[in-house]
Amino acid sequence: MQTIIEIKNLRKTYKDNKVALDDVNLNIFKGEIIALLGPNGAGKTTLISNICGISSITSGDIKVNGFDVVDNYREARKCIGIVPQELSFEPFEKVINTVNFSRQLFGKKPDEEYIENLLKKLSLWDKKDQIIRSLSGGMKRRVLIAKALSHEPDVLFLDEPTAGVDVELRKDMWNTIKNLQNSGVTIILTTHYIEEAELMANRIAIINHGKILLIDKKDNLIDRMSKKTLIIHTNSKINKIDKALEKFQLRVSKDKKNLEYDYSPNKKKTGITTLLNEIKKTGIELIDVQTKQSNLEQIFVEILKND
Amino acid sequence: MINFRSIKAIYIFEMSRTFRTLIQNLISPILSTVLYFIVFGTAIGNNINFTNEIPYGAFIVPGLVILTISMQSVNNASFGIFFPKFLGTTYEILSAPISYVEIVIGYVGASATKSFCLGLLILITSTFFVDLNIKFPILMLCMLLLSCVSFSLLGFIIGIASDNFEQINFVPMIIITPLVFLGGSFYTIDVLPDFWQTITLFNPIFYLVSGFRYSFFGTGEVNILISIFSISLFILLCIIIIWRIFKTGYKIKT
Repeated sequence: MQTIIEIKNLRKTYKDNKVALDDVNLNIFKGEIIALLGPNGAGKTTLISNICGISSITSGDIKVNGFDVVDNYREARKCIGIVPQELSFEPFEKVINTVNFSRQLFGKKPDEEYIENLLKKLSLWDKKDQIIRSLSGGMKRRVLIAKALSHEPDVLFLDEPTAGVDVELRKDMWNTIKNLQNSGVTIILTTHYIEEAELMANRIAIINHGKILLIDKKDNLIDRMSKKTLIIHTNSKINKIDKALEKFQLRVSKDKKNLEYDYSPNKKKTGITTLLNEIKKTGIELIDVQTKQSNLEQIFVEILKND
Repeated sequence: MINFRSIKAIYIFEMSRTFRTLIQNLISPILSTVLYFIVFGTAIGNNINFTNEIPYGAFIVPGLVILTISMQSVNNASFGIFFPKFLGTTYEILSAPISYVEIVIGYVGASATKSFCLGLLILITSTFFVDLNIKFPILMLCMLLLSCVSFSLLGFIIGIASDNFEQINFVPMIIITPLVFLGGSFYTIDVLPDFWQTITLFNPIFYLVSGFRYSFFGTGEVNILISIFSISLFILLCIIIIWRIFKTGYKIKT
């Protein structure tokens, strides 16, 4: 896979010595959607700001398409589009003007055809002559995306694109992001919505206290980190766990009718067969068994808890 | 290589704001100047005579132009950069492939252009009230342009340093207006007591007004070269401050 963004030993500290980013190393591959997942204040926006030149780097290196963001900032920034978290606009400007402004600000020649197609793709073409102030929140968010894409960047940063957006619009936004990926744009998405990361991203980086705690393909992450729980439905009321079953660290459900057993599905020996044999010996009659898999949210909470 | 297209984008964006707020940017300052001409030039001015050769109405024209363009340059440039800060749109400028010099040229260029046009409009307006023969027109245009650029640079600094609208208005109202009024815009400094004459020599606007007046009438209170040197020094100082601002990211980058 071709690396489009390379971050090495990135550190960002503020004047009050607060460490915002602490030795961040990260490679982002061309054409992927990577989600930076972390709680508020984790360092997601600072990381994006450092890459895009909005805030200065304390130490370390960042390269975009092989261009250093400090020494070769012009070439590096040409490849980048950014959609900020806040809906920041010149409120009295027309949609078409603000999008054209962004394109030319990035040094690109005016291209009416490209802008028309872009606005049509984002369902903004019929709003092109409206002033931004008159648009709905969702439409404003689309204008920000149009501005970020106006200069045809290879990489798009979306900083919490669906924060404060209703469910319908959020799904609409997810479709837009997927379509952008299909058109070849690499997308870096920051979010604290786990569902969003789980649904959208090819890879997930979990960030907290300015450090990347974990980065992996979404499916690998779920496989590697996830636990499964075997739920054993019994016919009798279980007041006390039999001594022979103690080694399995079973839990008893609230209604005292079910036993719960946590195991790792990736291990060769899960202990399920032994457990069921031991249960049989104790004379407990089984009605049903089922398994439950932990989702990304539980993994995320677990990682943050251990940080 | 200079990114002309980005500079042009900022410049046109800023200029288009002027047309959206035409009354505030053009009509209001012209109206104020007309009132000055009526009150000082016509009503009171007929009874004042600082110089034997120049009628008072004509004498105050350079001072009135400086008064207006200084205020407008500072307001235009400070508002031009403060407004994006206030709205949170500076992210776009900072993430664009554009150097600090190009950003300054875009914003300051637009601000200076507006003020320069306004200065010319005031001069045209003044011809309705006084007979005006400009002795060195090219020098006058150069002095006008230098004044617009210098105050626009100052405005740019104020816009970056300000945290709210009150601070933006503070410097023009509290510092620049008194300096212009006390810088010989409406009188020659020899009418002042010795102490205040000495104080006036520390007022940078005095050199500006004197130089500008020289271009009109061929006579000023200090040598024209000293005036040009003073403006150049002021511009250089502003450029150094702006360079430091971008170098350190002061109030513009985190």
